Amino acid sequence: MVRVAPLDRKLLRDLVEMKGQALAIASVVAAGVAMFVTYHSNFDSLRRTQGAYYERYRFADVFASLKRAPQRLEERIADIPGVAQVDLRVVADVTLDVEGYDEPATGRLISVPAEGRPRLNEVFLRQGRWIEPGRPDEVVVSEAFANAHHLVPGGRLAALINGRRRELQVVGLGLSPEYVYIIPPGELIPDDRRFGILYMERRALGAAFDMEGGFNDVSLSLVPGASAEEAIARLDRVLQPYGGRGAVPRRLQISHWTLDNELAQLQSFGILVPAIFLGVAAFLLNVAMTRALAIQRPQIAALKALGYSNREIGWHYVKWSLVIAFAGALVGIGGGAWLGRGMIAIYNGFFRFPILLYRLSASVAVNASLVALAAGAVGALLAVRRAVRIPPAEAMRPEPPARYRTSFVESRGLRLTHATRMVLRNVERQPARALATVVGISFAVGILLFGFVFLDAMELLAEVQFSLVQRQDVTVSFVEPASSRALHEVASLPGVMAVEPVRTVAVRLRHGHRHRTLALSGMPARPQLSRIVDLEGRAVSLPPEGLMMSRILGQVLGVTPGDEVVVEVLEGARPVRAVKVVGLVDDYMGVAAWMEIGALHRMLREAQTLSGAQMMVDPRALDALYRRLKALPRVAGVAVTQAARDAFRRIMAQNFEIITIFNVSFAVIIAFGVVYNSARISLSERSRELASLRVLGFTIAEISLILLGELALLTLLSVVPGLLVGWGLSLFVLRSFSSEVYRIPLVVTSANVAWSILTVVAAATVSGLAVRRKLDRLDLVAVLKTRE
Amino acid sequence: MSADTATNGLVFEARGITKVYHMGEVEVHALRGVDLTLGAREFVVFLGPSGSGKSTLLNILGGLDTPTSGHVLYHGRDLTEADEGELTLYRRRHVGFVFQFYNLIPSLTARENVALVTEIVEDPMPPEEALRLVGLGARLDHFPAQLSGGEQQRVAIARAIAKRPAVLLCDEPTGALDISTGIVVLEAIARANQELGTCTAVITHNAAIAAMADRVIRLSDGHVASVEANATKRSPGELQW
Ligand SMILES: Nc1ncnc2c1ncn2[C@@H]1O[C@H](COP(=O)(O)OP(=O)(O)OP(=O)(O)O)[C@@H](O)[C@H]1O
Ligand SMILES: [Mg+2]
Repeated sequence: MVRVAPLDRKLLRDLVEMKGQALAIASVVAAGVAMFVTYHSNFDSLRRTQGAYYERYRFADVFASLKRAPQRLEERIADIPGVAQVDLRVVADVTLDVEGYDEPATGRLISVPAEGRPRLNEVFLRQGRWIEPGRPDEVVVSEAFANAHHLVPGGRLAALINGRRRELQVVGLGLSPEYVYIIPPGELIPDDRRFGILYMERRALGAAFDMEGGFNDVSLSLVPGASAEEAIARLDRVLQPYGGRGAVPRRLQISHWTLDNELAQLQSFGILVPAIFLGVAAFLLNVAMTRALAIQRPQIAALKALGYSNREIGWHYVKWSLVIAFAGALVGIGGGAWLGRGMIAIYNGFFRFPILLYRLSASVAVNASLVALAAGAVGALLAVRRAVRIPPAEAMRPEPPARYRTSFVESRGLRLTHATRMVLRNVERQPARALATVVGISFAVGILLFGFVFLDAMELLAEVQFSLVQRQDVTVSFVEPASSRALHEVASLPGVMAVEPVRTVAVRLRHGHRHRTLALSGMPARPQLSRIVDLEGRAVSLPPEGLMMSRILGQVLGVTPGDEVVVEVLEGARPVRAVKVVGLVDDYMGVAAWMEIGALHRMLREAQTLSGAQMMVDPRALDALYRRLKALPRVAGVAVTQAARDAFRRIMAQNFEIITIFNVSFAVIIAFGVVYNSARISLSERSRELASLRVLGFTIAEISLILLGELALLTLLSVVPGLLVGWGLSLFVLRSFSSEVYRIPLVVTSANVAWSILTVVAAATVSGLAVRRKLDRLDLVAVLKTRE
Repeated sequence: MSADTATNGLVFEARGITKVYHMGEVEVHALRGVDLTLGAREFVVFLGPSGSGKSTLLNILGGLDTPTSGHVLYHGRDLTEADEGELTLYRRRHVGFVFQFYNLIPSLTARENVALVTEIVEDPMPPEEALRLVGLGARLDHFPAQLSGGEQQRVAIARAIAKRPAVLLCDEPTGALDISTGIVVLEAIARANQELGTCTAVITHNAAIAAMADRVIRLSDGHVASVEANATKRSPGELQW
């Protein structure tokens, strides 16, 4: 038999005695630890996978695109200080026609050597084989796109390459570190059906796009320690005469940026969310320990008299909460491993890695336990210090009877029933505990509200995007800027009821030493199809002169209306102009700049050129339109609003329902834990009082009112702070989610408020009733006999 | 044994002990200058009205409390100069306590309550032996709630004597008990005093118990009112309640 020290036996038996409370607190700890483990293990897994993938598949450090430059430039690029490897490619977006899919899809053709492998941004071949030299029709297709269309090696698809329809043969499915996150150009949400990457032999692609002996895309890797900014500045200078559109560092590369953003969010959530749960748990432990120590006051005195030191006694009681916290941590680690695995599955739907395995490292598990133990120790320590410090001679005397006062409400001269009076006096006598309960329930309400607000925010974002901003049905972008004749051609396509021209041009905006490379959009002054909409949902019209930009871009560049910015055009004759900023728009989208299309033409000194068009289409004619678009040589890409909306719905349905279930269950755990704990403590403190009332002839219903009335009061008091917590939490999280790509609106609806409150009240009621059942079994004789 | 035993081996020597409690504005003088000595193997009974300072004095002797002024020498060492840690060690090594309300740990059995002490001292009695000494050899694995008041008090005595303490301090050990149970408890204490030679101090309200002491010290309003040596010491069984 294992020898257990008597104090440890006492510990175990005391814990069994308070098992209900211990369980309630341990579940709050478990929830916090589970979130800790979920976030941190996912962070770990993603980070590791990303690092290994980038390294083994040689992800580049700098990316640039240009119009066309001769191959011989390679030497000059390689001579830029800090450059380790140079990879020159031909990259072009084309319209794809996939069997069984009506809408035209967009394909990004990327040149790869037929012999040997790409120097940078290597392709991982999942299935099939590499392209063979001298087979211009062979392509390796990005896995996600292939899967979405059930394409396998041996399959075929058609592409409109430089005006000619070409049948391509799929020989392999591949992935690349450059496209871990694949998003259609100019869109917000991934859609694997509408956008795919196609790797094609260099010579074939060169021939198709007049790029023999030339290139239009550069990737660089840098030697360790080299400055990307400097390399970019030099590369831009080299590429400028060849229509360079401004190089970007890895940091701004869209796939990498998205992944990094996600990692940063995991990290900040991994701190925030567990902090809330463990904070509440520490609060609960403190309250529970304070009460338990009050009950054990004579035992503490005895232990001291027997010669146990303050430290030994204190440690004994701290161990209580450590055991509870550790039990919670064990369950939480298990739960977190399970949730983490589920979350990785979600990530596997968004991020395309050769293999993204879930890995729960020992250090995450250990850290999670340490954090839980720390919360437990903090919660217990304050209570234990107070109790252990009482001098032994004083602890020996029974605790003085609780001092009650007439409550604040009574002193206002209100006439109250006996039950109400007892409830109020009790709450006011224990302000610290009342506060702890209110704080705990508030967080439950807050977490729920935040969850609902987050979902609504996504809905609203979609609503704004798809009903107010993108009112066009179809957007086409051209391979090359086209003359105004193209607009008439588009207008005469089948089913087209309205068209509006778009002129986008790659520019670098400069203000002082700050600059940003982006696409500047020229649109009609009052567009009817693709509009600019501010946070209030109002359409913004463009003034006849000057530049409008989003507030976020304004902040990036540090400009206010009236300032002048330098516009360096990165296409054509590359003019450089000073343009006045006439307004900043508060909108949901991130970095963007607009001009009235006529003003843009004047600035570029060009005729009525357009680079694409928005159209409104008769739904009955959509199929005919798609068929024509798939064959239009001018067209590089087609975006269908309905398809994007559907993609958004799919993602929402897949992921956000899971998030809601999490939120609700966690909020319920907190509410239940807090209320149950509080109710058990009230019961333990007042069982004598309640039993005496029963002996005097009160009914169970009447004494329940006294016990539960207090909880009901505290729950009600938590509503307003809870909503404030939820609001603050939402504000914080939505801010941290908002980025240069989009801003998330914070809208709190009355339905959200109502659901948050109702859910928590329901959880509180259930746990109140669980304690209420103990009143039925109140042993009147035993309670009156025990000495406190 | 007689009063002059005290001179041939002093355990305690208290000089001018006062204890003042401050309760807000009010000062409560629990002890107003107490001088006394306790000898080795001596059995002393404290008598006095409620509030006269008996418990306060006993707590100070046992190192549970410190006097406001005055000195307490234990085998020549001044307890009033000891810090918290030294007092803890003093209690642990030398003192056995028995309280009016037993103060057992309700979640531990009789044996475990005794083991609580034997764990932390050198050369203790086995818990079973201590419990046999108080006549509870058959109730080792019972929890306090399964024992009567007298039995609980005897567990408390076993817990106090199991460490073979140099002093045994009992605060109204029979206060909550009936006559016959009280006698059993007192017998256990007397036995410890005789067989282990423990210096024993017992507080009681029951003047009859005084008959079993070597000396009877009466307190009144924080003073020592009188000290009497018993010429003939009775055994607990002979006491007239
Ligand atoms: N912690 C304390 N704070 C304030 N006053 C105290 C404290 N402890 C004791 N007293 C007061 O000191 C006086 C002596 O108390 P003490 O407990 O020593 O009396 P006692 O003789 O043991 O009485 P009883 O026979 O009732 O146990 C009493 O007036 C008591 O109220
Ligand atoms: Mg007393």
